[in-house]
Amino acid sequence: MASLRDIKTRITSTKKTSQITRAMQMVSASKLSRAEVNAKAFVPYMNKIQDVVASIAAGSTDTSNPMMIARPVKKTAYLVITSDRGLVGGYNSNILRTVMSRIRERHTSNDDFVILSVGRKGKEFFAKQGMTILESAIALPDHPTFSDIKELTRKAVGMFADGTYDEVYMYYNHFVSAIQQEVTEKKVLPLTDIQPTGSTASYEFDPSAEAILEVLLPQYAESLIFGAVLDGKASEHAASMTAMKSATDNASDLINGLTLQYNRARQAAITQEITEIVGGAAALE
Amino acid sequence: MKTITVNIVTPDGPVYDSEVSMVIAVTATGEMGVLPGHIPTVAPLGIGAVRLKKENSTELVAVNGGFLEIRPEKVTILAQSAERATDIDLARAQESAKRAEALLQANKDEIDFKRAELALKRAMNRINVYEGNV
Repeated sequence: MASLRDIKTRITSTKKTSQITRAMQMVSASKLSRAEVNAKAFVPYMNKIQDVVASIAAGSTDTSNPMMIARPVKKTAYLVITSDRGLVGGYNSNILRTVMSRIRERHTSNDDFVILSVGRKGKEFFAKQGMTILESAIALPDHPTFSDIKELTRKAVGMFADGTYDEVYMYYNHFVSAIQQEVTEKKVLPLTDIQPTGSTASYEFDPSAEAILEVLLPQYAESLIFGAVLDGKASEHAASMTAMKSATDNASDLINGLTLQYNRARQAAITQEITEIVGGAAALE
Repeated sequence: MKTITVNIVTPDGPVYDSEVSMVIAVTATGEMGVLPGHIPTVAPLGIGAVRLKKENSTELVAVNGGFLEIRPEKVTILAQSAERATDIDLARAQESAKRAEALLQANKDEIDFKRAELALKRAMNRINVYEGNV
């Protein structure tokens, strides 16, 4: 049995740990509420751009914009959104597992696809697997603005346009609630499944529908990616909060157990001492 | 007087939402004035100032890229970034104008040159909107 002093040390250190995890839980909780606000602020932009893209696409059937045409796939790009640090429970491993199983299903060789990575965890993982990482964005702020990821989205869309790859899939954790995040797969490019949403007015185009699509489609694809990054960030903070909460709970369970053990040991020591004293006194009589 | 609702939305959230009597924006083909009851139109925007005329005042918003969607009773501007004159950080705009000019002087390769040119345009647009000389 561990000595009194050993148990005491363990209790103190576990308490310290739980203080840290509790603080981290609260930090994540406040970051989460901000991330949710950010994600909400983005919704009107996304809806509007979707509306306009849909009504233009519906209006002109003979669009020849390369971004809307599926071409034979020689190379696929996987855009994977992970976090920069750990301590987020299953957040990263869920996503990476899904991506790996998709890749195994679809490809036999590492030359058939490339990775675009957001977040350090994903980058490290794919690099270790010996896969090609064409582009990565790491050390994003907790509340990214559009200008923070503009560089990545511009390159991701640009490399599709110049034929580096022929389709882009995106993987991220969709924020359902504070305790539930869902790994989501989304095809970003080519934009073949644009659904008209709600009211579709017929527009005049200045200068022409083609010229507008040329400006609009890259912007649309970029905002899809930005939306996923915001969603992923909200999930990351939620996952981190949940992970830290369960760590705190585990620590207090551990402390309770140790305290019980400590008290037992203390009592045993006292009992033993009394027995010894009584025994000593009896020997003197 | 008839008015039209104007919404300016960026990926980072809505920037402007109000009733105005006339909107003047710089589109890819030139300046375009929009009055209430305009025919539904979509036009891409350049880097420039959007002028929003009210009864007896004019507000300015610096807009970078994106496009303009017009419906008879509503104008929506979707831009990658947009700032109202009062929200512009003048010191930052001047700083980036200087940086862009230095890059243009250095003039290394074509891509950098174009990028610096765009950065300079954006910065000048912000400064102009801030000072109100459009």
